[in-house]
Amino acid sequence: MTSIPPLLEVRNLRIEFPTRHGTLVAVDDISLQINPGEVLGVVGESGAGKSLTGAAIIGLLEPPGRIAAGEIRLEGNRIDNLPYEKMRRIRGRSIGAIFQDPLTSLNPLYTVREQLTETILTHEDINKAKADARALELLVEVGIPAAAERIDSYPHQFSGGMRQRVVIALALCARPKLIIADEPTTALDVSIQAQIISLLKRLCRENGTAVMLVTHDMGVIAETADRVAVMYAGRIAEIGPVRDVVKNPKHPYTKGLMGSIPMIGEDVENLTQIDGTMPRLTEIPPGCAFNPRCTERFGRCERDRPDLMDAGSTRAACWLYDREGDHG
Amino acid sequence: MAEGPATDIVLRVTGLKRYFDVSAPFLNRLLSGSGRQILKAVDGVDFEIARGQTFSIVGESGCGKSTIARLIVGLHQPSGGEIEFEGNAISAESSRKAMAPFRKKLQMIFQDPYASLNPRWRVFDIIAEPIRAYDLIDNNADIAERVGELLSHVGLNPKDGVKYPHEFSGGQRQRISIARALASEPEFLVCDEPTSALDVSVQAQILNLMKQLQRDFRLTYLFISHNLAVVYHISDHVAVMYLGRICEVADKKTLFRRPLHPYTRLLLDTIPDLGMTGRERSPVAGEVPNPINPPGGCAFHPRCPHANDRCRTERPEPIKVPGGRVACHAVEENRIPQETERPLPDEET
Repeated sequence: MTSIPPLLEVRNLRIEFPTRHGTLVAVDDISLQINPGEVLGVVGESGAGKSLTGAAIIGLLEPPGRIAAGEIRLEGNRIDNLPYEKMRRIRGRSIGAIFQDPLTSLNPLYTVREQLTETILTHEDINKAKADARALELLVEVGIPAAAERIDSYPHQFSGGMRQRVVIALALCARPKLIIADEPTTALDVSIQAQIISLLKRLCRENGTAVMLVTHDMGVIAETADRVAVMYAGRIAEIGPVRDVVKNPKHPYTKGLMGSIPMIGEDVENLTQIDGTMPRLTEIPPGCAFNPRCTERFGRCERDRPDLMDAGSTRAACWLYDREGDHG
Repeated sequence: MAEGPATDIVLRVTGLKRYFDVSAPFLNRLLSGSGRQILKAVDGVDFEIARGQTFSIVGESGCGKSTIARLIVGLHQPSGGEIEFEGNAISAESSRKAMAPFRKKLQMIFQDPYASLNPRWRVFDIIAEPIRAYDLIDNNADIAERVGELLSHVGLNPKDGVKYPHEFSGGQRQRISIARALASEPEFLVCDEPTSALDVSVQAQILNLMKQLQRDFRLTYLFISHNLAVVYHISDHVAVMYLGRICEVADKKTLFRRPLHPYTRLLLDTIPDLGMTGRERSPVAGEVPNPINPPGGCAFHPRCPHANDRCRTERPEPIKVPGGRVACHAVEENRIPQETERPLPDEET
C-alpha cells in the first residue's frame, strides 16, 4: 500500500431525513476514500443514496436531510461540522461541483465572463485584469472554440455541451483538489457525452484533480473511473478497481447489475434480470438489504447486516465472502 | 432474422415529411423584416418493417426520431409522403372513421411512465379505456376478466387494477402502459424510448418483457432510442437518423459490424461502453447543428472527416449496399478507407 494520505475520507457517514412517520435513513454507514488525482465512480439506481453522499461532501444537503453520524475529512481536516461561512469558502476553493443540468447551474442574467471572473475574485486575491485573463484561459482549457468572442455571451446562447463546458470551467476557477460531478453527462447527447468525459479525464490528468463521479451510467464509469463504489439502498454493496468490478463482480447485486446492461455484440435472447425493485427507504429489510432479491441468499443474510469485506480484488458487503464463514 | 423475400410487410413509409412552422409571430416578423422559418423535423424518410420484426431508429436529440413515431400513430399529420399499414394508406386524407380499424392495431408506448398515465384514474380504468373506446367487449364482467389477463401478461397482479398509478414504481408503471397498449389487441407497437427513464436493472426487466410479448403475440415493433446497446439487443434492423434524414439503414449485425456512414461510425466510436475500461478514445469534435438552419448538401458535412465539395453542395440520396442502404457520397465514391471489421466484444478473445 502507498502511504499517501487520502485527499478525501468519508467515515461511517449516515444521512437521515426526519419525517412525521419516523426517521428515514437514506445513507447508512458509508466509508470511502478518494486519493489525489483519482477518479472514484459512484453508481447505483435512483434512490440508492449516491447523490446525497455527494451533496453531503460539499455541504449542500437540503434540510430536513442531515448528517446524523460519521465524519468527512478533507486532507485530514473535518469539514462536515464547519459553520456555513467556512464551508462556503471550502466549497468552490477546495471542492468544485458539477451538476446534471448545466442550465440551472448558470445564472441566465450574467455573461459567462461575469460569472467566471466573479468566482475567481471570490476565491483568489488577484486584480480584475488578471481574473479576466484567467477566465479566458479556463474557457480555452475546457475546449470552447473561439473563446475570446464567446466569453461575453449569455448561457442561453451556448448549446448543451458548451454550457456543460462552461460549468466545468466554473468548477475549475479556484483550482480545486476535488470535483464532485453529479451526473455530468446525463442531460447530453451521446457524442457530446464522450467529449465531456474525455475533457474531465484530461483535466484530472493535467491538474491532478480528483473527481467523485456520481452517475447511473455504468458505461461512463467504466471509461472514466479508476475505482468504483456500487451503492444499493443507502449502503455500498461493492467497491474496488473499476476493471474488477465491471469484469469480475463479486456481490450478487453487482453481478445482476452488470448482466442486466445490454452490450453491443452480445447476442442473448434475454438479459439477466434482477427480479423486484430496490426497497423504499421505509421498507428496507433486516439483514442484507438485497436479500429478498438475491439468488445466493442463505440464513444469515436475513438476520445480520454484512459490512464490506475482502472478496478477492474488490471489497463486497456480502456474507458469501465471510472468512470465518458460517454459511448456514 | 427472417431472410429471403420480405413477404409480409406490415408498415411501409415512403418519402415521409413533417415540417413545423417555427416562425416568430406575424407582427414581429413584419417589424424585423424576417421571413418564415420552417423546421424540417422529418425530411424524406423511407423504410419498411416486416411482421414480427423489431425496427429501430437511433439518433441524437432533435434528429426527428420521435416525430416519426408520432406520425405513424397519427399524432401528427405528415407534410408529405405516404404511410402504408398492411397495404392501406393511412395518411392525411383518410377520415377519422376510415382510420378507426387501423388505429386499434397501432399502439404506442411512451418514454415517461409518470406522464403517460392519468393520475386520477385507477389502473383498471386506464387499461379498460381502449377496450371500451373500440367496443371490443361490451359487458363489464368480461372487461374485468380481460384487464386481469392483461395485467398478468405484463407481470403484474390482476388485483393491482384497483390501485392508482402513483402507487407503482417507474418500471411497474411502464408495465401498465404496455398492458394498456396491448388492450386493443394491436399488431404493431411504436415504442418511443420506453426504457430511457428507467434504471438499468428495471430496463432489463422491461426489455425482457417486450421480447416475450413479441414472441407470444407476434408483435411488430418500431423502437425509438438513443441507446445503441439497447437497440443492438432488441432490434432486427436499425436506421440511423441525422437531422431529419436516415443516413444508414441495415440489418443489425451489418450495421454494428461494418458501419459505412461516417456518422454511424462516429456514434459507435463515442458510446461509453463497459468494454472500454482504461482505453483512450478520440472524441469527435462538433455538435449537431441547429435543425432550423441545417448545413447545405449533406447535413453531416461540417463534422465529417471525409467531406469534399460535392458533400457541401449536393444532398446524398440513399444507395443500396450489401445489407442495407446508405446516404453518403464518400461511400458511393469509395473515398472512405475500408475499415477492418469491428470486433464485437464476444469475438475479442
